[in-house]
This record gives sequence, C-alpha cells and structure tokens, in this order.
Amino acid sequence: MFDEAAAAVSAALDAGAAYADARVVVTRSESIEVQNQNLSMFDQSERIGLGVRALMGSSWGFAATPDLSADSIRKTGERAAAIARASTTVAGPAMQFADVPIVQTSWETPHEQNPFDVSSAYKTDLLVNVTATMQAVDGISIANGSLNFWDTNKWFVSSQGHRIHQHLLESGGGFGATAIGESETQRRSYPQSYGQYETGGYEVVRAWDFEANAERVAEEAVALLTADEMDERETNLVLEGSQLALQIHESVGHAIELDRILGWEAAFAGTSHLELEKLHQHRYGSELMNITADATLPGALGSFGYDDEGTPAQRVDIVKNGTWVGVLSGRDSAAVAGLPPGGMVRGDGYNRLPMVRMTNVGLLPGEGSLGDIIADTDDGVYMATNRSWSIDDTRLNFQFGCEIAWEIKNGKLGRMLKNPTYTGITPHFWGSLDRLAGAGEWVHWGTPNCGKGQPMQTAHTGHSASPGRFANVRVGVRG
Amino acid sequence: MSHAEELVAKTLSLVGDRAEAEALAHVGRSSLTRFANSFIHQNVSEDEAVVSLRVAREGKVASSTATATDDDALAKLVDATITLANDQPVDNEWPGFGGPADIPEVDHWDDGTAADDPADRADAVREFVDAGEGMLAAGYCQTETIHKAYGNTSGRQASGRYTTAVMDGIHRTSTSAGSGHAAGSALGDIDAFAVGSLAADRARRSENPFDTKPGEYEVVLSPECIATIAIFLGFYGFNAKFAQEGTSFARVGEMQFDPAIDMCDDATDPRALYTAFDDEGTPKHRRDLILGGVTTSLVHNRRTAAKGGVDSTGHAFFGGDTDGAFASNVFIREGTSAVDDLIADVERGIYVSTFNYCRVLDPKTLVVTGLTRNGTFMIENGRVTDPVTNLRFTQSFVDALGPGNVLGVADNARFADSEFGATLIHAPSMRLGRFNFTGGAAG
Repeated sequence: MFDEAAAAVSAALDAGAAYADARVVVTRSESIEVQNQNLSMFDQSERIGLGVRALMGSSWGFAATPDLSADSIRKTGERAAAIARASTTVAGPAMQFADVPIVQTSWETPHEQNPFDVSSAYKTDLLVNVTATMQAVDGISIANGSLNFWDTNKWFVSSQGHRIHQHLLESGGGFGATAIGESETQRRSYPQSYGQYETGGYEVVRAWDFEANAERVAEEAVALLTADEMDERETNLVLEGSQLALQIHESVGHAIELDRILGWEAAFAGTSHLELEKLHQHRYGSELMNITADATLPGALGSFGYDDEGTPAQRVDIVKNGTWVGVLSGRDSAAVAGLPPGGMVRGDGYNRLPMVRMTNVGLLPGEGSLGDIIADTDDGVYMATNRSWSIDDTRLNFQFGCEIAWEIKNGKLGRMLKNPTYTGITPHFWGSLDRLAGAGEWVHWGTPNCGKGQPMQTAHTGHSASPGRFANVRVGVRG
Repeated sequence: MSHAEELVAKTLSLVGDRAEAEALAHVGRSSLTRFANSFIHQNVSEDEAVVSLRVAREGKVASSTATATDDDALAKLVDATITLANDQPVDNEWPGFGGPADIPEVDHWDDGTAADDPADRADAVREFVDAGEGMLAAGYCQTETIHKAYGNTSGRQASGRYTTAVMDGIHRTSTSAGSGHAAGSALGDIDAFAVGSLAADRARRSENPFDTKPGEYEVVLSPECIATIAIFLGFYGFNAKFAQEGTSFARVGEMQFDPAIDMCDDATDPRALYTAFDDEGTPKHRRDLILGGVTTSLVHNRRTAAKGGVDSTGHAFFGGDTDGAFASNVFIREGTSAVDDLIADVERGIYVSTFNYCRVLDPKTLVVTGLTRNGTFMIENGRVTDPVTNLRFTQSFVDALGPGNVLGVADNARFADSEFGATLIHAPSMRLGRFNFTGGAAG
C-alpha cells in the first residue's frame, strides 16, 4: 500500500502542494452486543481508504476516498491540493512545520491472541453467560454486555520521505446491570462505564474475568434502589481509579491540547483555561500531581509506534509536582508555540484529518492502597464508576455523577449512597489532592469514545490512575 | 439508477437464495471548511461509498459494513456475513425484514450545494469573518451530498437523495463569545454574513460579564437550547426501546408537557432534510410526538415495533438495535410572539444563547446537567441588561417544558444546533417559568 500512498502524495505535489502526506488505512472492527442473554448485534466492518493532506503556503487541504484505483488516487491527491488552494483565500499567518526524524520502519502492537482468531460463538457465549448471571439476581431488568475489537493497518508516506507501516490491535468490552424503580434507574457496570479497552489481543478480555464480577454488579444495582440519597455538602472525596481516570481525561487531557490552547477548537470543543505564557509557572494541582502523556506504555489504549504525522511515540511530562510543564501537540501546533512536537496527532480512520489527540494522559501513582486511604479518612465519601460527566468549554467548571458511593466514617466504609455527584473548579480540585494510592492499584484505564473535531472524530485514549482523595469537595448536587 | 441503487442490487444478487438479507448503501461526498482565529485551518472533503449488509438464516443474524465496493469486495462481504450469521445463536427478538412499502416522495436537494465547490464554502467563511469587524471568528461551513438506497430479499426497495448545508460559528473577544447558526438543504439560501452578524452582536454585548448567584430563574431560551432539550426528549424519552425497557419518562396519552408544546417528526415537511425512509427501508410519515402538551406516540424500528405489536415508524439506524429508534426530523411548533415580546414580559430572569456539554443524570427523570455558553444575559424589567458568566444547570428537561412552565413560544423557529447534531431539530425560542442553575463561575 506504500505505492498507493506515494502516488497520492505525488499528485498533490504536482498540483502545487509544498508538502503532502498520505495514509492508506485498513480498519477491521467487530462489535458484539448481548442484552438479557439475547444476541442483539454481531457486526463486522472493514473500512479501507486513502486520506491525503496537502499544504499550500500556511493553508491545509485534506481529501479522502475509499476507491484505491490509480485514477481515484491521483484525483484525490489533486483535490487535496485544490482544497488547500481554496483555504489560502482566508489564510492564516505564515506557518512553520516542526522537524521530526524521517524514518522508514514498521511497528506492531504487542499481543498474545488476535481477537479475530477467537471464534465468534466463544465471544458471544461469554456475554450470554454474563447476562444470565446478572438476570438471575432479583430486581434486574436489563443485563447487557458488549465486546469490541479493532485491527488496523496503516501505511504512511510523506513528501519528506516517511514510509511507516503500523499494525494496531485494540480489544475490550464490559457489562452492566440496570434496576428500575418507580421514578429512577440504577446501574452498575464492570470494569467501568462503557467497558475497559486496551491495546492488545483477546487476552485483554480474559484478564478482566467478567464472570467473577457479574453477580456482585447486579446485586449492587438492585441495592441502590433502596439506598439513601447523598446529602449536599463539602467533604473528603475518595475516587475509584476509573472515575479518577475520567477526571484526568476531562479536566487535564483536553485542557492541555495545544490546538485548544491556540484557539483552533474555539467554536466547538472549546478553548482552555491554560495560557501558554504560564507554562512552567501555572499551579495545576498539589505536589502529588504528576501527569505524563506516554504513548509508549505497553497495553495502554493510547499507545502506538508513530502518530499520523510520522512522529515517534514518546513520553512527555505534563504536570510535575503540581506545576504545568507540557502540552499535547503536533508538527504545526508545536511550531506555532515554539515547542518540540509531541507526536500526538491522530485521525479517526482514513477519511478524517489527523489532529491533536490524547495518547495516554495518566496520573503517576502515589503510595499505599485504597484501603489505607479509607482507613485514614475520618469523614468523607467514596465514589465509583462514572455515570455522567459535564465540563465547560475551558475545562474549568465540571460536574460528575457516579454509579455508586459509600459514606466513610472513622476510617471505614458505611452506608451505600445513590445518585452521587460532585462538582468543582479544575485547579482548586486538583490542588486539594492529598492522597494517592500506589502502583499496586495503578490501572491503564481506556476511553474508547473521545469525541473531538468537525466532522466528528472518535479517538481511543488511555488514562492511568490509582484511587485518590480530594479534600473539601462539594458533593450531592441534584436538580 | 443511482450508484447507491446499483450497489444494493449487486449485493442482494450475490446473496441470492442463501439467506434473507437487506442492503443499505450511501454514496456521495461530505465536505467541511473549518476556521479559527479568523482563518481557514482545516478544510476537508470525503468521497463516500459504504455498503451495509444484514443477513438472517433461520433467525441467526449478523451484519457487516464495507467501504470497498468492487465486485470482489462485495462478494467477500456477502460470504463473510453469511458465515458469521451461521455461527450465531438464534436472535429471539428478530423481527424479520419488511415487505414492499410506498415511500413518500421527497427531494430535499439543491444542485448548487451538490456541486461541492470549496470556493463557495471559503466565500461563506469570509462573509462570516467579515461580519465580526476584527473580532476572532471560529466555526465551520459544511455541505453534504448523498444518494441513499435500500433493498431486501422480501421485496422492499427505497432510494433517495439529499443535500445539506450548515454555517455555524462564533465571534469572540477576550472576555466573551457569541454564536450564530443556520442550516438547510441549500448553501445558497444561507446568509453567512447574517449568521456572523448575530454571533458578533452576542459577543459584543456579552463582554465583561459579571458573576450572578445560581438558583432558580425564569429564562428565555434560544432555539439552540430548545433543540438540545428536544434531542434529550427524543433519545431518552420517545425512543420505544427505552419505553419498553422502563427507563423512559414517556407515558403515551398523558399531559406531560405544557399545552403550548407541539412536537412532531416529519421527513415530508418541505423544510426537512434527508430521505423519507429509514435504514430498514421503512417509510417515514409525519408522527406527532407531543400535541397540546400530551405525549401522543413513540418512534420505532422494526425490532421495537414487533415487540410492541405495532408497525415501525421508520426511525431505525443501521446497527442501532442497542440504542433503539430516534427521531431525526423534529419540528417544534413556533408561536406568534417576537422574542423581544417574550423578554418584555420577564421581570427578572436570564437569557441563554446556547447550552454546552449536557449529560443526563437519570434517563427516567431526565435530569440533565450542562452549562450555558456563547452569550448569557440578565433580563431585568422586560429587557436584556448585563452579560453574566456561564452558569451550570441541573434540571429535568421534562419539567422544563412541563405543564404551566412554558410562558411563551416565539415565532422564530429554525434549524438549531442541538450540540448532538446541527440539522436534526427545528425549534423556536421559549420563555420558561423556572430553570434550576446549580453553579456559577466559581463552582
């Protein structure tokens, strides 16, 4: 497929582009959904196509096609250049393109068993059995489970000489139980809301042992119907790892995207409360807050070999001992900001323009365990598993809801509480981080549904986290 | 015969008598010119040819989608899907494929938009930017040209075409932003300068906002806010799947909304977009969802219809059995008052231009949290006064439009960006008696 990509690059250059790159992408995906022991969907897709990016002056054009005939490839390269030319009529300032190593190489996701080699019946049976276990618990109305797998091959060619082939594998799934009351629904999920996803093969699914957790999840959903509501107050908040991972995603991951900071996402996703002039000075959180963007973490969902501009995957410090020190960037945004390119530009398939996306933006672990944190808390609440999330367009003002909570009294978990929510302002909240569990409970949580861009793109990102405690948080907000 | 129809026919002929099957094809081009800091920074165009196939053999069902559509690729798609279906357990709720059906004749199409000239989109961007007179502009201009075809082995066939065009953006200052939006089937019908002027006016008037205390306020909501409310009502409420499962608030026949609310789904309205059949080839006819405040019906795909013992209403999405059915041609009846007249009746309240990042806390109560964005203003003694910083709300969207809470409906209905789609909801501004703001700029 290198030849097809190279032909598109040549066509764009012949049509006047100063720089061009192209990706041929073949994405095979599988989606399995079971509800109440009934297979409601077994879907496979194969999306094959070519996307070409052309630069003319400081203006970009991008064109994509699923037709890989020679004529189509040439026309698509030319169209990318023509679109770039149209962009020049409302052009921005002169733009540099940050240098990166020019490589010809290949990379593959480490894995044990390709999920597409596992029989479809075996995968369906797992979900049927898990939903059967949940349905056996009195009070469960809806028991559902899902598995999703992606097998992606990319061939990247640039007019600067890149030739990179990557084979990426991503796997995962999850399940949930819903109990329905007179005027409420209560849900518990496993391993987290929307399931857990990682890079790797079917071993990812096996590692989470769905069967062993199905009954507990269902029983908790039913118990929530008769649990007490959480009072609105300020208190110590202990967050379970997957909820803390989403907190990182929303209030750190998006805020540090350089395209947002530069205003490139202002109309839709929004901007950022961060100002570049305050890099290395801005206090993001407490001394315990150490965040990295690390695309080299084995198994994490946001890991790869090279981004979609041909920049090698790398680990970048984002927050060090509470101080903001880094951003997520690509070759053009980094050049504008005068920073080194971070290799964080990815496109959602052949037909989407690569843009700055999170890789694995995670919080490095602290010490001890969740049990230690609870034991050291006189008064507070412990919340687990996300149920709702909302944050403003600068990533400052957030409100999260979780599936379940327990009160903490004198170092012990007490009553189960339903409909837990908490709200805060990003730097205040992170500034109140006063305990963080250690490496033994540090998990590479995956987010398979990060939306950004127009047309909409969905990215798969990772967020390593262990449970943590935050002081004086407003909890229990209700409508 | 369009290329989409050819792909459907070819796919079904490859299935032959080996299985029952349906095929769906979309062929066309989607282009989007995006701008920020007052220049075009992303400009994309995608040729599209997608075939989706679902097969059933003795109740065993599987589906596949492919973008490679040459003869060999289609043969591979068909063989793989049949093999996959053979390996599955029986789908106990499988409704089968629908028989022949008459599709309403609509043609929401514009030749000028179908020409897909990037220069036209760049011109629209230039007009939007110029309307700001030096303010920073950001947004997008999108055009879409699609031929869609459906066929199945039970004899159902449907085909159609549509174009869409959207102009959406903001102007901003160092302390404020304002938004504008327009959509329809023709780019030539959109006045990009007017859209930019509205955004610029909102941005200017919302400069240097002050913090106001959260709490319960009377509000006047723009069409964008009402469209967001309608999206949540549609997905979580009028979706028959969720009603059958017991997680929906909707109770057909009950007065759940204010008598001023009429809401329907109507792909045959001359202003509507898209085709008048869904992804199962079912015709879309006008469907009243709320009449005089009474919940009158739900929307179905074939699976929920079979379960409920009714006919599908034509609201299926391919691969969407997990999420159910969804109304995507929603019209909320406009009133007779100018927006200024709604505002004139408010002694103390808040005007909201758009909602942002709304998420549901519980589908059954439809309590949603979100924020205001792109222009939030105090209303005092019948007129808009000072801008205020963005507020967080936590509010049941059912109660927001509930009996007695809708104090006025404006005459300004248009396609409004719902946060989850720019061309799905046609809505007016409304004055609501109570709306619960739970947080301000300081949390």
